Amino acid sequence: MTEFRSPEQEISRLRFRLVVAGLFMLVCLGLLAARFFYLQVMRFDYYHTRAEDNRIALVPVPPNRGTIVDRNGKVLARNFAAYTLEITPSQVDDLDDTIERLAEIVEISDYDRRRFKKFREDTKYFESVPIRTKLTDAEVARFIARRYMFRGVDVQARLFREYPQGDLFGHVVGYMGRINSRDVEQLEARGETANYRGTEHIGKRGLEESYEAELHGRTGSEQVEVDAGGRKVRLLSRQTAVPGNSLILTVDAGLQAVAGQAFGNRRGALVAIEPSTGGVLALVSAPSFDPNLFVDGISVADWKGLNESPDRPLLNRAIYSAYPPGSTFKPFMALAGLSLGKRTPQQAIADPGFFMFGGHRFMDDKVGGHGMVDLHTSIVQSCNTYYYQLANDLGIDAIAAFMRPFGFGQITGIDLPGEAEGVLPSPEWKRKRFKRPAQQKWFGGETISVGIGQGYNAYTPLQLATALSAVVNDGVMFKPHVVKYVVDPQTGARREVEPQPVRRIPLKPEHLAAVRAAMVDVNLRGTGARAFAGAAYTVGGKTGTAQVYSLRGTKYKEGNVAERLRDHSWFIAFAPADKPKIAMAVLVENGGFGSRSAAPIARQVIDYYLLGKRPPGQASEDEEAEDGE
Amino acid sequence: MEFRVHPVAIIRAILRPIDPPLFLLLAVLLAAALVIMQSASPARMEAQLVNTGVALTLMWITARVPSARLLSLALPLYVLGVVLLIGVALFGEISKGAQRWLDLGVARIQPSELMKIAMPLMLAWYFQQREGAIGLVEFLVAGVLLAVPVGLIVTQPDLGTSLLVAAAGLYVIFFAGLSWKLIVPLVVVAVVGLGSVVAFGDTLCQPDVDWQILREYQKHRVCTLLDPTSDPLGKGFHIIQSTIAIGSGGLFGKGWMLGTQTHLSFIPERHTDFIFAVMAEEFGLIGAVALLVVLFLLLLRGLMIASTAPTLGTRLLSGAITMIFFTYAFVNMGMVSGILPVVGVPLPFISYGGTALVTLCIGVGILMSVQRERAQSQS
Repeated sequence: MTEFRSPEQEISRLRFRLVVAGLFMLVCLGLLAARFFYLQVMRFDYYHTRAEDNRIALVPVPPNRGTIVDRNGKVLARNFAAYTLEITPSQVDDLDDTIERLAEIVEISDYDRRRFKKFREDTKYFESVPIRTKLTDAEVARFIARRYMFRGVDVQARLFREYPQGDLFGHVVGYMGRINSRDVEQLEARGETANYRGTEHIGKRGLEESYEAELHGRTGSEQVEVDAGGRKVRLLSRQTAVPGNSLILTVDAGLQAVAGQAFGNRRGALVAIEPSTGGVLALVSAPSFDPNLFVDGISVADWKGLNESPDRPLLNRAIYSAYPPGSTFKPFMALAGLSLGKRTPQQAIADPGFFMFGGHRFMDDKVGGHGMVDLHTSIVQSCNTYYYQLANDLGIDAIAAFMRPFGFGQITGIDLPGEAEGVLPSPEWKRKRFKRPAQQKWFGGETISVGIGQGYNAYTPLQLATALSAVVNDGVMFKPHVVKYVVDPQTGARREVEPQPVRRIPLKPEHLAAVRAAMVDVNLRGTGARAFAGAAYTVGGKTGTAQVYSLRGTKYKEGNVAERLRDHSWFIAFAPADKPKIAMAVLVENGGFGSRSAAPIARQVIDYYLLGKRPPGQASEDEEAEDGE
Repeated sequence: MEFRVHPVAIIRAILRPIDPPLFLLLAVLLAAALVIMQSASPARMEAQLVNTGVALTLMWITARVPSARLLSLALPLYVLGVVLLIGVALFGEISKGAQRWLDLGVARIQPSELMKIAMPLMLAWYFQQREGAIGLVEFLVAGVLLAVPVGLIVTQPDLGTSLLVAAAGLYVIFFAGLSWKLIVPLVVVAVVGLGSVVAFGDTLCQPDVDWQILREYQKHRVCTLLDPTSDPLGKGFHIIQSTIAIGSGGLFGKGWMLGTQTHLSFIPERHTDFIFAVMAEEFGLIGAVALLVVLFLLLLRGLMIASTAPTLGTRLLSGAITMIFFTYAFVNMGMVSGILPVVGVPLPFISYGGTALVTLCIGVGILMSVQRERAQSQS
């Protein structure tokens, strides 16, 4: 089989094969040339675009969020810049390893790791997630020097929210939190997704939430050249961000402080309103919380502490909790009796200490009764029997119809989120509220209870303060509001939040005068006299006690009842009586009689507001004003 | 008597082993490599210059050695290579999942690299021994000589190098005159095999399909080639980004040092295997075709040297070496431009890396040695 050939034949065969090889190479290299021609000439536009897309990134520039200040310019919410260390998970192969190596350079606590994990779940795959916030300058320098070792990790200057007043304004200002999937849905619904590109936090509560659209501003953008790691190499063009508007509040931080501290460690709420405008002067819900805890992700321990505390500090009692108004309802009932022609100021009833209705004895607080009681006395001495009878004479439908314009049982429309409606009881309400026919029926006895502000009545402190404002403002009711001006930080232009009269309640001046005069007498010789002894101004008020627990048949004694089952203590007040500048409702949970817990708080607040007088033991304005600008 | 040696004579003596056309073409390539390296990775310029100097020196030394002496080194080099490969298999260092390096205390070497020269040398020497009596038995023996080291390299595993070593041996066998009756079926099998992989790529690339003979990462490479977008952040990223670099270069390129893909780090391994993408991005189609032309001229010169070489051994050796150069270039550029799978093959004479450059320049030196002897025998 072996072929034997001469060397010449061998050489010529080899040469033939060399030629074949040469042609083969030519074909192959030609193939490459054709491929290059295809890529570089025929598909040039496509690849050119791809390369430019690679190179150029549109980086959002989040706007500076508007600040929030009180009516005197005291800062309640502001921004500060801090460096955060951020990881883009899509660019990192081994996330755990990267975090371990980072931990050798900057301090990364367990809390940071847990927070990172939590944030990741709410973040898109290709977005960066902070692993550490508020880096020190030294940490930034250490990381920058080793940045080349960490693909997909970078330091970002971010703006953080800061609340210099701490828990004093927790319930008013609210707080910011990281945008979660629910927020994203809402932003999509509002068509604001693009405007929030690059923004990581959003208002979650309080004014931060309700004025989100004003505070946020317009996101700008930068066209930058980026490298394969997504790092900015060079700025190509820029569209500046428009900072968010600032808010100037109607709230007086000094008053808020006095009011907040007056509660001490008691639970309760206070709403103080300027009756002629509806501007909220102070809005306290005690206990409060420090919104700074939420700024860069609240820790599990802090969250548990707030969420599981029996005092429920996250609950905004001022606008969300509804309580029976107790005797603070009596001035309104009195107005109803006068306006609807069922009573005259002079008309008096005999009070034997109880009111009989349907075989049931409705008791007065005073054993043996108050004797002959007219309208004035009924308010000053808080006589129940007078109002049992009045309620019976008016009937529940008339009561409900009269009370509704005062805003009872409806949201007031205040510019804070999370307001509760409360309950203005009526047969109609009961039909809707209950399922079973037996429960849906309205009983006459229930009307009697409503007359003294018990029973199904339940109103928020904000509703009571707003209703009182209408009474002391000659029947003109303004929508309560917390923000006075919205300010454009670039031009300084102020847009006033106009006081909005909701309605004018047709009340006769002599009726209003009679009720207000009685309320002034409450603080002179009635149930509020002790709290307002020696006041240098005239002040109207009314105490109230809301029953928490019905103790049938047994005499209610504070000492016998667990603290949390004690009655709530109410006080409503306005001053100066002739031309009121402030009207308020104070509630102390489980505070017992209104005269004892709530009225003294009202006294401290009015003393400060009208006289600039601080209660003993509280720091003066200047000493704590270091944050003020 | 004067022992004064004329300077021109010294230069002549130095230049004597050099083949001018081959050297000129090589010089153009090496100069281009330095220009591209300045853009791709300026930090490596110094090292590249040193590598170039060392490689040229070794080329010159090799060129001075008579080709008969070179062929006589075939057996010892081959045996050494196989022994070292076995050593790697038993004691080698593992790096990036593969066992390729052998630490001799003095230096870490990659015996598979030695095989790239030793393999064609061995077969050329063997066929020369059997000159005039080359038959089926000789081809079978040559096949075994080829299969042993290739098998050892495959198991490292290093698919790229084993293919190159196998190709080097097959070229010698081809030039030695293996019958077309055997070549044609082999080529047909290879073409059909590759064709079916492409055609049934989708099925074959399912994660649970075990390819038996190929490692997972090799399967991954092939599958990524078939559909680069299936893995845009992994291996596919390399191919996508390098084709974007080439395509966006256009006709004239973006200009030296101005390649955005290059300078913004989108091209992976831009100083080694993917350096052609840098060149094509910055110098465009003009630059890429110019490189093809220079390479082709160099290959033609190699084939010419092979066709006029004085002995069978030198003819086979120089033909095979030329074909190896071609294979490196074709596989590399085919891979970077997305028509061949990503196998770790550098662009000859251009890519950064001392070992490859030295191996290639020794190959050029062998060609020069062969050419010098022909010139001498004619004179």
